[in-house]
Amino acid sequence: MTPGLNCSPWATPAIIDWKAHLTMSFINYSSREINVKLVYYGPGLCGKTTNLHYIYKKTNPDAKGKMISLATETERTLFFDFLPLALGDIRGFKTRFHLYTVPGQVFYDASRKLILKGVDGVIFVADSQLERMEANSESIENLRINLAEQGYDLDKIPYVVQYNKRDLPNVAPVPEMNKLLNPTDIPYFEACATTGVGVFDTLKALAKQVLFELKKGK
Amino acid sequence: MSGPDLVMYEEEYRLIDDELHRLHAQANAKVVFLVDKNGQLIASMGETKGIDTTSLASLTAGNIAATGGMAKLLGEKEFSILFHEGERDNIHISIIGQRVILVVIFDQRSSLGLVRLRVKKSSETLTKIFVTIAEKAEMDKVKGQATASPFAEITDEDIDNLFG
Repeated sequence: MTPGLNCSPWATPAIIDWKAHLTMSFINYSSREINVKLVYYGPGLCGKTTNLHYIYKKTNPDAKGKMISLATETERTLFFDFLPLALGDIRGFKTRFHLYTVPGQVFYDASRKLILKGVDGVIFVADSQLERMEANSESIENLRINLAEQGYDLDKIPYVVQYNKRDLPNVAPVPEMNKLLNPTDIPYFEACATTGVGVFDTLKALAKQVLFELKKGK
Repeated sequence: MSGPDLVMYEEEYRLIDDELHRLHAQANAKVVFLVDKNGQLIASMGETKGIDTTSLASLTAGNIAATGGMAKLLGEKEFSILFHEGERDNIHISIIGQRVILVVIFDQRSSLGLVRLRVKKSSETLTKIFVTIAEKAEMDKVKGQATASPFAEITDEDIDNLFG
């Protein structure tokens, strides 16, 4: 389990990128900052918000901004959760990750589409419980469709999968989950977001993918 | 995902900063800031101390995204201006050039009418600046002078160090 992040203080604005549908990260050569947007996706109650809560709890105060949660009275995500993280400098650039979650309930699809705009990388959080497999499949298909509507191909953007709730007794075996949800063998991580197992591993893996995409600069 | 297609250099950033400064003064505003439609803060001016501008930027973009969704359902292209009235502070939000959001927070020292008037003027100026930025980037691409990624030399170790 990765300890809290050690990061430089917040800086201010960033550069805009006009090619919205393909290139979203912001690089500011003036103030030497880069911002990227990562989105946690998955069916309702799979643990997206719990992931963010854990990351927030374990991150040093000077490395994080305020966590915003737009939720219902019963704490179901209504629009999005947002957590800005200021990771340290990399090659002289202050690196910030903006983490978002989408609402997972099926009828919030319109909102999910909006939150996906400008995404740099996606973490799909799957609920490992046997009875949620169909919901997982539908959610991944929904993700693929919503990304495609914005010109993204799920098979080409930075993307990792998290199999959450591995601590529960009625979970599907990982090989079966991979067969159903990860046919292209992308990186996957077993997790228990309530205790933090696998949470930072997942985030770190996606961050690596995103930064290496930036490295390619294509 | 590919690298950014547009780079904003010092010159354009200064022009934007100057315009926000002018708007802030002429509209008697508390705070003025520019946000990308994806929630990234571009520039800010005024009494920003004590305001979580990062969160405000993200929420503003969410607000515009949500009302944009509503607009489409109603057959409108978008709602380009939003106004929220508070007890003490008010927020005027407008879309600039379809891609950037201009936010003006003002209190009893100003008025909606004045803010609308000044925002209209600033919108024209800011739109021209962003068009110039886009044209410059396009020209750079054509000439093959697009800026290389600053992360061209990063290693696994660089990324591992970010996470401590």
